[in-house]
Amino acid sequence: MREITFTVAAREALDEAMSADPRIFVVGEGIGPRGGNFNTTLGFYEKYGPMRACDTPISERGFVGMCAGAAMTGSRPVVDFMFFDFILDSMGELINQIAKMQYMSSGRLKMPLVLRGAIGIGNSSATHHSGNYYPIFAHLPGIRVVVPYSPYDAKGLFRTALRGDDPVLFLEHKSLLNMKGPVPEGEYTIPFGKANILREGTQATVVSLAFMLKRTAEVCEKLASEGISIELIDPRTVNPLDVDTVLESVKKTGRLLIVDETFAPCGIGAEIAAQVMERGFDDLDAPVARLNGVHTPTPYSPPLEAAVVPDAVAIERAIRDLLAE
Amino acid sequence: MTAAITYTTDATLQTLDSAAHLALYRVMLIIRRTEEQLARAHQGGFIPGACHTYIGEEAVATGVCAHLRHEDAVFSTHRGHGHALAKGVTPREVAAELFGRVTGVSRGRGGSMHLFSPEVGMMGTSGIVGPCILQATGAGYTYKLLGQDRVGVAFFGDGAVNNGAFHEGLNLAAIYGLPTLFICENNMYATEVAFSYATRNTEVASRGAAYGIPAVAVDGNDVLSVYEAAGEAVKRARGGGGPTLIECKTYRTRPHAEGMRDAGYRTADEVDSWKARDPISSYRARLIEANRAAEADLAAIDAEVKALAEDAIEFAKNSPYPDAATATKYIYSE
Repeated sequence: MREITFTVAAREALDEAMSADPRIFVVGEGIGPRGGNFNTTLGFYEKYGPMRACDTPISERGFVGMCAGAAMTGSRPVVDFMFFDFILDSMGELINQIAKMQYMSSGRLKMPLVLRGAIGIGNSSATHHSGNYYPIFAHLPGIRVVVPYSPYDAKGLFRTALRGDDPVLFLEHKSLLNMKGPVPEGEYTIPFGKANILREGTQATVVSLAFMLKRTAEVCEKLASEGISIELIDPRTVNPLDVDTVLESVKKTGRLLIVDETFAPCGIGAEIAAQVMERGFDDLDAPVARLNGVHTPTPYSPPLEAAVVPDAVAIERAIRDLLAE
Repeated sequence: MTAAITYTTDATLQTLDSAAHLALYRVMLIIRRTEEQLARAHQGGFIPGACHTYIGEEAVATGVCAHLRHEDAVFSTHRGHGHALAKGVTPREVAAELFGRVTGVSRGRGGSMHLFSPEVGMMGTSGIVGPCILQATGAGYTYKLLGQDRVGVAFFGDGAVNNGAFHEGLNLAAIYGLPTLFICENNMYATEVAFSYATRNTEVASRGAAYGIPAVAVDGNDVLSVYEAAGEAVKRARGGGGPTLIECKTYRTRPHAEGMRDAGYRTADEVDSWKARDPISSYRARLIEANRAAEADLAAIDAEVKALAEDAIEFAKNSPYPDAATATKYIYSE
C-alpha cells in the first residue's frame, strides 16, 4: 500500500468528503489561498472557492459561534484552528452552545461541526502553541474528542467525524504530522470509541496516545528484544473512551501503565485507572501506574521543554517499575 | 427622559390592510397576555425556574417576525418568550416549558431561557448573552453557501453590544455579506446596569458604521416603525445585500426577572412614563383613530387571546412531567 503523511491523509479525507457533500466548508486563518499553516487545505481554495475554503479574521469566538449557527441550519462546517490553543478564546461557544445544543433542543437540532487543530509539545513552540487540552474536553458531555496516531487512523477517523451529526474535536499532534504510514485510497471510516491494539503482549498493558505512542512503541520494541512482552493500546478517541479493550487486556496482563504527554491531575490516565479499578480490580496484580508530562505551562528553551515531557528513558523505567511491582 | 411614541409610519399605517394590522395587534397581545399569565404562575409557584418577561417590548419581535417565514431562523436571548411566540411557537408550548412539562417546546429540558422549536425556525433562546449574534451570522452563512432564500435573525439587548460577540458577529456578517438581521432591543438596562453607564456611545445604530453595514434606530414601542425597518432589512438580505443592524429603543416595564427586587437602579416615574407609551394600547388607539381597524374586530381579538393565554396555563398545569429515565437522551445524535 502507498505511504502518505498524517497531514496528507487527513487532507484526503476532507477533500473526498467535500467533493461528495457541498454542505461542508472550512473556515480558519490562512486556510484560503495559502492552504493552511499546516497544509491542511492545500489546493482547496482553487477547487472549492472562497466560501468553502474561507479565510477568517483572527476572531476565534466569532467564527466558532458562527459555525455553530451554520451547523444548526443545515451546513457542515469544519473549523481549522491551526494551533488548537486558539480554541480557548471560544470556550463559551463550544461548551455552552455547541456541546449542549442537541440536548437542549431535545435532539431536534443537529451539530455537525468539526473543530481541528495542532496540539502537542515540541519544536520550542512555547506555551501558547503547545497545549494538548483533550482531558478538559473529554470531561464534557456533548462533544466527541479524537486524538489520532497514524495516518491511517487520521483519515478514517476524520471521515467518521465528517459523516456524523455530533460536534467533534480532531486533535493532531504536531510531531506526527509528517510521519508516513500506509493509507488506502478512497473512503473508509473508523468508529469512535474503538481502541487500537498496536502490539500484543502478555506481561503488562500500556495505554498511550498521540506522539507518546511513538516513543512508547519504540521502548516496547527494545524491551521485546529482552523477551519482555508489552501490550500497547491506543484509545484513538478520548470521548468516547474505550475502556473495555483496556480491561480485556488487563485481564491477560494484570498490569497497567498509562503514558500521556499531558498533565496527570484529572487526566485520561486518572479516568482509565478509576474505571479499571471499578470494573477490573480483581484482574490487577499491581497498582495502576501513570507517566505524564509535568503539570506546568510549556517552556520554550529546548532543555526546559524536554524536561516536561516523558522521554524514552522515563517510559522504559516506568514499564520496568510496573513489572517489578 | 421619554417622549411620546415617534410615529414615522403614516404611509405604512395606510398601506397595510386591516387584516395585516389585526395580525400585528394579535401577536403583540398574545405575547402580553401569555406573559401576564406566566408572571402570575411564577408568583403562584408553578414555575420552578426563571421567568424573564418581555412586557413592554412586544412591538419589536412582532414587527420583525411579521416578515419571516418558518424556514427563516431566529436566535434569541434570555428574554425570549416574545420572539418564540412571534415566530410561531404556541402559548401552550411556552407555558408548558416554563412549568417543566414534557409538552413544553423544549420537552422540559430548557425552561424560560432555552426555548427551541426548529420546526418554526425558533433556533433557541439562550442563558448566555451574545452567542445568538454569532449563530444568526452562521445561519446567514449556511443560506448564502447553499444559495437559499432565507435569513438569520438575532435578537439581543443593549447588554450584548458591549460583548465581544457583537463586534465579531457584525464584522463577520459584514465581510461575508451574509443575509442576517441584528435586532438590538435597547431597553436601557443590562439586568440592572444602565446602558449609559456601560458605554460612552449609547447610540447602538451608530456602531453599524464601524462594520460598514447599514444601521437604523427606530422607536421600538411603535410596531409599524419596527415593521418598516425590518421589512427593508429582510428585503436587502434576501436580495443579497448583506446584513443590517436595527436598534429598537424600548423598555421592559417589569423587573429583570420575576421575583427580583426592581429598585435602586431606576425610578418609578421612569417606569410609569414608559407604561404610558405602551406599544399595544397605543397601537390599538391609533388603529381606531385612523379608522384602520374596527373596535369590534379588536375586541374579538382581545377575547380570543385572553382565552388562549388562560388555556395555555391550564394546558401546562395538566401536562405530565418528563420521564426521569430520559434525562440522558439526546446528548449525542442518534
